[in-house]
Formats: sequence, C-alpha cells, structure tokens
Amino acid sequence: MRWFKSTCLAAMSALSLGVAAKAHAQAGLLDSGKLLLTQGISTIEGSSGGGLASWATISGYETGDGIGANAHETYVNLTDYSLQDVGASVGLFNRVEFSYAREEFDTGATGAKLGLGRNFTFDQDVYGAKVRLIGDLVYDQDTWLPQIAAGVQYKVNDKDAIIHAVGGKSAQGTDYYVSATKLFLAQSIVADATLRLTKANQTGLLGFGGDKNNSYSPEFEGSLGYLLTKQLVVGGEYRTKPNNLGFAKENDWWDLFAAYAINKHLSLTVAYTDLGDIATIKNQNGVLASLQAGF
Amino acid sequence: MQKLFRAHRIAATCAVLALAASSVYAQDAAPMDAPAKASPAEAANAGATPIAGDGVYKAFHEQAGIQRVMDDFIVRVTTDPRIMAKFQGANLPRLKILLVQQVCYLTGGPCVYGGRDMKDAHAGMNLEAKDFNALAEDLQLSMDKEQVPFRAQNQLLAKLAPMERPIVTK
Repeated sequence: MRWFKSTCLAAMSALSLGVAAKAHAQAGLLDSGKLLLTQGISTIEGSSGGGLASWATISGYETGDGIGANAHETYVNLTDYSLQDVGASVGLFNRVEFSYAREEFDTGATGAKLGLGRNFTFDQDVYGAKVRLIGDLVYDQDTWLPQIAAGVQYKVNDKDAIIHAVGGKSAQGTDYYVSATKLFLAQSIVADATLRLTKANQTGLLGFGGDKNNSYSPEFEGSLGYLLTKQLVVGGEYRTKPNNLGFAKENDWWDLFAAYAINKHLSLTVAYTDLGDIATIKNQNGVLASLQAGF
Repeated sequence: MQKLFRAHRIAATCAVLALAASSVYAQDAAPMDAPAKASPAEAANAGATPIAGDGVYKAFHEQAGIQRVMDDFIVRVTTDPRIMAKFQGANLPRLKILLVQQVCYLTGGPCVYGGRDMKDAHAGMNLEAKDFNALAEDLQLSMDKEQVPFRAQNQLLAKLAPMERPIVTK
C-alpha cells in the first residue's frame, strides 16, 4: 500500500514535471538538451549515478547552458527489511548538482526480533552537492579522460539513541567522494569508479563510526553498464563499506540492474540487489525498483 | 544591395549542422567514386580518423544505405522545431552530398570528404550544445530507420561526439 501510494506520488510528480518541462521547453534554460540516459539515474542517496553507486554525472537533462531537475522514488524489498527512498535533485549548467533524499529503512517484523519493535524505522536525510571538475561523458570520445566530479553528502539519521546503543558514535556524518565516469560509446559501455571517504554504517542507516572503528575509511564503488538500445542499459554495481560496529558484520553491496528511459522525463530502474548481512540478519537481498521523473 | 547582403548571409548559414559541414561557396564536391585514399588535408577536414575495417560501413549498408540515412536525416533536421531555423537558406542538396561523403569516409568506406573542416564550416553560427545534441538525436532516428545496428550507430557517434568542441561555440 505504501509502495502504491509512493508510486502514485512519483507518477504525479513525473507528470507535473513533464508538463512543466514541456511548458518551459521554449524558455531556453530548461533545454533538456542532454542525450538520453547520459545523466545517470538517481541513487538511493539522491545524487545521480547508477542506483547504489554515485557517478560523476550531473543530474538533469540540461546542457552547459541550462538547468535540469529530477524527482525519484525508490523501493527496495529485502528478505527481512525494506527501504523506501524519495528525493530530488537539480543540475545547474551540467556543472553543479544539489540533491536531497529521504531514506526510510523499515525493519518490519524483524524489528520485533531485534528488540526494536515491529516496523521500527531508521530515517535518514541526505543532502548532497557535487561539482564536475573535468571531462565530458559524451563528447570526450577521442581521449581516455573520464568525466570526473567531486561530491559531498551530509547525512542525518533520526535514531540517535539506538545508534549509540548498538555502538555507533554519531547520528550524523559526512561522506566525501570522487567519481570518474567514462562512456565508451564505440563499445556501448559505460563505466564508473568512485572513491568514497566515509564513516557511515550501512551508508548511515545505522549511524556513523562505531566501537570497532571511528575513523574515515576509503571505500570503492564500481559500476559497469552495457547500452542495449538508446533507452536501455543493463549492468552491475559493487560497493564496499566499512565495518565499524562490533555487534554486526557489514558486507559489501552489489546489484544487477536494468535502467529504461521511456523518454527524457521518465525512467524506470529495476535491479536485483544483494546487501548482505544487515544488523545481524543474514543475506538481505531482493528487488530494487525506482521511478525517476524530471527534465 | 540589401538583397546581395541577404544572399551572403543565407550562404553563410548554409553550412549549419552539428555534424558535418558544407563548403558553400566555390568548392565542388569530390565525386562519389573518388579513390579510397584521402589527402592529409581532406582527412583532417573530416574531423576524425575513419573507423578501422569496413564492418561499420557495411552495417550502414554501404553507400546506398548512408545515402538513405542522409535523405531521411535532412528531412528530419529541417522539420525539427528545435533546430530547423539553423538550416534556413542552406544549400541542402550540397549539404547532403557532403554528409554522405563524411559518414562514408568515417565509417571506413571508400569516400573522400570534400568539405571544409568542422570549425570553419560552423563558424559564426552560434551553435549550442543542445543544437548539437538535437541533431545527434535526429541522426539516431535516421539510422534506426535504416536499421543500422545500435552498436554500429554508436561507433559512428563516437567519431562525431568530439566534434562538439570545434562546432559548439556558444
């Protein structure tokens, strides 16, 4: 039901964004001039990327002369948990991106087992900013230089007491990352490598820092996609994570995804995700579905 | 006098195209059955080195296929509200000849491109990235219509994409 409501919300925002984009198509600034799918898709942390991994792409279909924006709704249905995620981002002149995402990690029936209570939910707000430093994803086909961007994500979790109770050091944290994204157009391949400095436990859903380790760790995010058609890219992602908490081991995340752009205003992503063990509950895998609307 | 000035203006805008360009004035197009070997200057004007082998050229259904792609493409770009204004007054038949030459050459076909280089051909046209990209989207549709496989399309687009740098000036 919740999923349905969210989907409705996303569809409505999609519609309104689409209409707005159309209405402003002549306005110049909202040029929607970028090529299909070359903005990446919204990650669960709000920044543009591959779904789980942030990329060097700038959100929105704007070119260097315009402004673009997106709203997204993502739902991940895991074996014993679920994650709902809504967010929005704006891209300015294909140079700077600002993003916001709200993550709701619902422990469902598992919450009772963990002693948290049924449907206990960790909520996290993620405020992101990213700047493209060098390179152009599409045009730089005659050089090995990728598009490179640096970004920051400020995360605020609302379950301070529980986070401390399980050994976490803070309910707030800041991630810093550098991404290199390359479109190998002649090979129809897109690849990304991202280095992230983070203290986040389960990307911040279980807070930041811990009894085992409270310093920043360098973590890696890698994505590889194959363009099947203009509208469809399939691929996989891998994301390493720190292991800061003594009470529960944390695993790397990976997924296999298919992203389909219906047009420049609406895209759908479906993925099989494996998020490993989360808060002592083993083998959390399942389906990620994401709807994104924008211009 | 004004008429003459106008004629010049029209001629100047003729080369329009985020893709290839025409030498609008005196130059004659190289014959279609020109030798496979382009002179260094001609090769440089085409804006990129050709794709190795003739696989992509064949995927475009050779000269006849490229001709069909450009027949369709010229209609598309001159009716696309995003960019049609850029083609006002252009010498379209000539533009088409040059585009066929350029794509034939770049895909590894036995053609020589007889036009000016990308920078000269688009100078003063105030083209923006969105114009360049709109044109690329139209080209994709024309290649789709010719049923050029997606991978071969991308191999050509990979050759054309860096031309954004000399072409987009605004």
